[in-house]
Amino acid sequence: MAKQKTIDNRQRAIGDERQSSASFIQAIGAIVWKDLRAEFRSWELISSMLVFSLLVILIFNFALELDVKTRQSVTAGVLWATFAFAGTLGLNRSMAIEKDRGCLDGLLLAPVDRSVIYFGKFFSNLAFMLIVEAIVLPVYSVLYNTNLFQPGLLLVILLGSIGYTSIGTLLAAMSVQTRTRDILLPILLFPVVFAVLLAAVKASGGLLDNSTFADVSFSINLLIAYDVIFVAASFMLFDSIVEE
Amino acid sequence: MITVKKLVKRFGLKTVLRGMDFEVKPGEFVALLGPNGAGKTTFLRILASLSRPSLGEVNIAGFKLPNEAAQVRARLGVVSHLPLLYGDLTAEENLRFYARMYGITNAQLRITEVLRMIGLENRRRDLVRTYSRGMQQRLAIGRAVLHDPEIMLFDEPYTGLDQDASSMLDDVLKTVAAQGRTVVMTSHDLARAEELATRFDILSRGVIADSATRRQVKKSNLLEFYKQALAG
Amino acid sequence: MNQKPLALKVLDIVSLILLLAAAYLAIVVAPTEKVMGDVQRVFYFHVGTAWVALIGFVFTAVLSVIYLITKNLKWDRIQVAAVEVSVVFFLITIILGSIWARPAWNTWWTWDPRLTTAAIAELIYIAYFMLRQGIDDPDKRARFGAVYALIGGLSAPITFFAIRLFRTIHPVVIAGANAEAEGNFSMSGDMLSAFFFALFAFTVIFIDLFWNRIRLGEFQNEVEEMKLKASY
Repeated sequence: MAKQKTIDNRQRAIGDERQSSASFIQAIGAIVWKDLRAEFRSWELISSMLVFSLLVILIFNFALELDVKTRQSVTAGVLWATFAFAGTLGLNRSMAIEKDRGCLDGLLLAPVDRSVIYFGKFFSNLAFMLIVEAIVLPVYSVLYNTNLFQPGLLLVILLGSIGYTSIGTLLAAMSVQTRTRDILLPILLFPVVFAVLLAAVKASGGLLDNSTFADVSFSINLLIAYDVIFVAASFMLFDSIVEE
Repeated sequence: MITVKKLVKRFGLKTVLRGMDFEVKPGEFVALLGPNGAGKTTFLRILASLSRPSLGEVNIAGFKLPNEAAQVRARLGVVSHLPLLYGDLTAEENLRFYARMYGITNAQLRITEVLRMIGLENRRRDLVRTYSRGMQQRLAIGRAVLHDPEIMLFDEPYTGLDQDASSMLDDVLKTVAAQGRTVVMTSHDLARAEELATRFDILSRGVIADSATRRQVKKSNLLEFYKQALAG
Repeated sequence: MNQKPLALKVLDIVSLILLLAAAYLAIVVAPTEKVMGDVQRVFYFHVGTAWVALIGFVFTAVLSVIYLITKNLKWDRIQVAAVEVSVVFFLITIILGSIWARPAWNTWWTWDPRLTTAAIAELIYIAYFMLRQGIDDPDKRARFGAVYALIGGLSAPITFFAIRLFRTIHPVVIAGANAEAEGNFSMSGDMLSAFFFALFAFTVIFIDLFWNRIRLGEFQNEVEEMKLKASY
C-alpha cells in the first residue's frame, strides 16, 4: 500500500515536470495572446502611445524648426526621443493592467517559472512598441517627405526597441509596485537605457545619412551586445521584483 | 494536507506571524478567524506561495514551500478579495487564458463546465469590466477551480458583496467544498464562517490562539468562543 | 547607550588632519602648472573625490548582490550609506571639474564621455533614492533598491563605453598621453606627491564618512524598533 503511494507520487511528479516544460513556450504565448486580445478590443494603450508620439513630433517640429537642412541631421534623434517618451506610457499602462484587479498575483499563482511572466510581458510590450513604430514611421515619412523604410533602419529600430523594452519591462514591474507609480518609470528608465538609445540614434543617423551598412555595423553590433546584456540581466533580476 | 510548523513572518522589523503551528487534514473546511491585522492575509499569501516564510516549515500536499512552489501551485486554487481577472477580456477568455497558464487539456469542456457551475453561462461573452462585484467574485472562484485543485484558499471572499451576491457566493462555495476539496478561508465575518466551515481556528497576535471543530462549538456560541480565544 | 567607538573617533580626527594636509600640499607645496596656472590645483581634489566615489559605486553593486543572496537588511543599510557618500563625493568631483574646465576648455561643461557618464551616473543614484522614497515595506525597499543599484552599476560603464565611440577631449593624465585631449600636462615630483597624498587622504575621509553614515543607519533602525515596541 505504502509502496503503491510512492509510485503514485513519483508518477505525479514526472507528469508535472513534463507538463511544465511543455508549457513554457505555451504559457508565454498565453500572456502575449491575452495582452494583444485585450488591447485590440480597447485600443487604449496603443492609441494613447500614438497620439502622444504625434504630439511629440509636432512639438519637435516647432521647437527645432525642422526645415529641410536641420531635418536631415536630427531625424534619428527626433524619432528615438519620440519612441522613448511614448514607450514609457505603454510600459506603465501594460503593467498597471496587471496590478489593477490583482492580476499579477494571478500570474504568480500559476505553476510556471517566473521567467515566463517576464518574457510574456516583454513580448507584449515589444509588440505594442513595434506597432506604434510601424504607424509613426510612415506618418513621419509623409509629413517630412523622406523615406524611412530602409531595411537597415528597420533592423536598427527592432534592435533598439528590444533593448529598451527588455529593461523597461523590468523597471515598469518595479515602479507599479511603488507609491509614486505614475511618475517614477521615466526617471528610473532613461538614465540606465541611455546607452541603447545612443547606439540606436548613432546607427539610425548613419543610415539616414546614406552611409553604407558596413559604416554603421559597429553601432549595430554594439546594439546587439546591449540587447543581450539587458535581456539577460532583466530576466535574472525579475524574480527579485515579484517575489515577496 | 497542510502542515505548518513554527512559522515566522517578518516585514522588516515588524513580526506578523510568531511561530505559528497549523494543520489541516484532507477534506476539512477550516475558517481562519481573527481581527484585522492579525496576520490572516499574510498567512494565506504564504500558503499560496506568494510570500516567503522568514522561518519555519510549510508543507502542502507533500511538497515543501518555498522550494517546491511550482508543484504546490498546481494543486492550489486561490480566491482573494481582488478578482485577479482582466477587465477587457470576456469571462470565457479569462478562463481560457488561465487554462493555458495551468496547461489544462480539454480546456473548452472544462471552461463550459465551470461556467455552468458558477451560473455565468449566459454572460460568458461579456467583458468582465461590465460585471457586478458579485459576478466577478463568482468568476474568480471559477478561475480558481479551473485546474481542479485539491486545496482551496479563500481570503475574505465576501468583501464588498451585498446580501444577494453573498448568498449566491455561499452556494458556489458549498458546491466547491462538497467536491471533496480541502479549504482554508479567512474571514472576520463570523456568520458566514459558521455556515460553511467544519473547523474554526482563531488567529491572534501571530499564533493560533484556539481551535475547535464544528461539533465542539454549538452554533449559538461561536461568538463567545471567538471572544474567549482573543482574550486568552 | 551606543558610544562612538574609539577607533572611529580617532579616524574622525585623522581625516580632518589629512584633509587639511592634502589642501596644504595642493595649494602651497605643489608648484604652479606652467600653462594653466593656479586653477590646475583643483585637480588634486578632483581626482581624489572621483577615485573614492567610483570605488563606492562599484562597492554598491557588490552590496546589491550580497543583499539579494542573503536578504539581510544590514547589507541594505550599508548600501544606502555607500550610495549616499559616493553621490556627494561625485558631485564634488563634477563641480571641481567644472571649475577647472572653465579656463582649460573655455566652457563650464561639455558633453564629453566622462562628463556625460558622470552626469548620468549621478542621475541613476538620485533615481535610486527616489525609488526608495516610494516604497514603505522595508524588505521591498531593500530588494528594489538592490536590483536598481545593480542595473545602474551595470549600465554606467556600458554608457561610458557607448559615448567613448566619439572623440574625447578629457585629458588622460595617468594612463599615457591622448593626442587629442586638451589641457594635458605632465606632473613633476611635488605634483605627484600632492596627487598621491590627495588620493590617500580622500580614501581615509571616505571610509570615515562611510562608517559614520552606517552608524547613523543603525541608529535609525533602532529608533524604528523602539517606536514599534512602544506601539504594542
